[in-house]
Amino acid sequence: MDFFHQLVQQLINGVSLGSIYALIALGYTMIYGIIKLINFAHGDIYMVGAYIGFFAITAGNLPVLPALLISMAVTGCLGILVERLAYKPLRHAPRISLLITAIGVSFFLEYAGMYFVTPTPRTFPETNLNFAFNVGGFVVNGQQLLIFSITIILMALLTYIVQKTKLGKAMRAASFDTETAQLMGIDSDRVISMTFCIGSALAAAAGVLVGVYYNTIDPLMGIMPGLKAFVAAVLGGIGILPGAVVGGIILGVIEALVAGFISSTFRDAAAFAILILVLLIKPSGLFGKNTNEKV
Amino acid sequence: MDAVRKRDLKMLVFGLLVYAVLQGLISGGAIGSFWQLNIILICFNVIMASSLNLINGYTGQFSLGHAGFMAIGAYVGVVATTNFHLPLICALVLGAICAGALGFLIGLPTLRLRGDYLAIATLGLSEIIRIVIMNIEYVGGAAGFKGIQHLTNFTWVYFVMLVTLFFVKNFVNSSHGRACIAVRENEIAAEAMGVNTTRYKVMAFTIGAAFAGVAGGLFAHQFYLISPNSFNFLASFNYLIMVVLGGMGSITGSIAGAFVVTFISAALASFPEVRMIIYALALILLMFYRPQGLFGYMEVTNFAPIKKFLNR
Repeated sequence: MDFFHQLVQQLINGVSLGSIYALIALGYTMIYGIIKLINFAHGDIYMVGAYIGFFAITAGNLPVLPALLISMAVTGCLGILVERLAYKPLRHAPRISLLITAIGVSFFLEYAGMYFVTPTPRTFPETNLNFAFNVGGFVVNGQQLLIFSITIILMALLTYIVQKTKLGKAMRAASFDTETAQLMGIDSDRVISMTFCIGSALAAAAGVLVGVYYNTIDPLMGIMPGLKAFVAAVLGGIGILPGAVVGGIILGVIEALVAGFISSTFRDAAAFAILILVLLIKPSGLFGKNTNEKV
Repeated sequence: MDAVRKRDLKMLVFGLLVYAVLQGLISGGAIGSFWQLNIILICFNVIMASSLNLINGYTGQFSLGHAGFMAIGAYVGVVATTNFHLPLICALVLGAICAGALGFLIGLPTLRLRGDYLAIATLGLSEIIRIVIMNIEYVGGAAGFKGIQHLTNFTWVYFVMLVTLFFVKNFVNSSHGRACIAVRENEIAAEAMGVNTTRYKVMAFTIGAAFAGVAGGLFAHQFYLISPNSFNFLASFNYLIMVVLGGMGSITGSIAGAFVVTFISAALASFPEVRMIIYALALILLMFYRPQGLFGYMEVTNFAPIKKFLNR
């Protein structure tokens, strides 16, 4: 019974951690789907989002929700800016150049962040969410509820944008075949910008939620979640939105189980081990279709 | 003696001359301990960069996990000298064998992946190596391995560097090397021409890993203490920057990259953030204006006067 109890508790923790990964992974997968770039800087955009949320709460004296919205808006603009300045000039360059640029952008955000806000971790202020529900012996706290609800709302919103709006239709078309989409009159540069905007805003939301959940943020906080969210995106099938969500949650749960039952030092290794297994067994991911390479 | 041997001999003589000058300056006390350390670091970095260049530059397989193999070499090396009291040369050879063997085992499955997937997979593997070492109490766990003898000196590092450079140079000019370059240029075309692409990718990966292991062994015996965190992915990125900056596919470029990066690191040691911002901007601007790196595919031996001298 005790084992079962611990298992369920770890599952709850895992799903809330996984929701964070899912939010970041959505941005990865959208950007990869449209310009075939692993946006190494995505984890750092999430870090910037966390800091903007932090300053909105501390300096702006705002409650969590408005801070979250401000952070999403500002970080969305940052995403557009990064794409315009760093990735757009390389639209027709080899993919490896684009990847190296992304690594450069990632370093730039990390260390420029360190330069401006100092490397010392900041403590997120107390929120009025420090209550906990006790459901049949299982503890769900306020922060976790916030994460669940925000994640569900954002995902519903994203699904609406992608499936029902004109922009979403253009995004789907561009990620299916950018050139043909352009021939059909879709302004692919604008669509790519909007994709970066939405992806970055989702990452910012994840950043603020992590700040509220774990209470500390620092300029290098984006590296590991960034890499793990990439793992989540690959696990679900890169380029596929529901895949990113499922991948993120599976990854979060596995990580929580490894941390809870084996050793917390192995939690990072678990994510990478999953990545390598997925790439070896089914590189297209859980939801992906196998595609044949054409010469 | 044929022309190729004569060229090699001339380059070897040049290498020995540089050694004699530097060693003379060090023994004569003209180079202070700070620059002595930096010269040794440059030699390490040249070994790391040229071996990584073999994988990333010549074979076109984007590896982001070079520091992981360095860690293997370092830990195997220090266990050999500290716990088994073997001489340094045995430690280096053992480190190279272990790192190379691991490179082979890891390379065999992962080199099926391409481009960015391979990059992330190698990054993940080097992180796994680091985390596993962190959890082995026998080698000190997360606190690191203490009490290492100081066995590395300038002579060791310099000659290992010369061996590495000659090996890499001769490898890429051999038929194996040309096969690797064919894989980089177009994997499908290479395969159609009968090049066993997997074999050459794994070969380059294994050799690169083995040299990284040697560099790790030398590194460990320089600093008295090694910890798993010296081999995290920032270290791998550091070597990547050298290769990309110098030119993917140029040994001269790797040497130049190692020089530039070591000097920038030394000059900005007290401003680590600024140093990283400079690296970041350098990487981005390099991709905009000179994606092939400073030297591209060129070697210093391709420049007319030097070529003439070498072929005389």
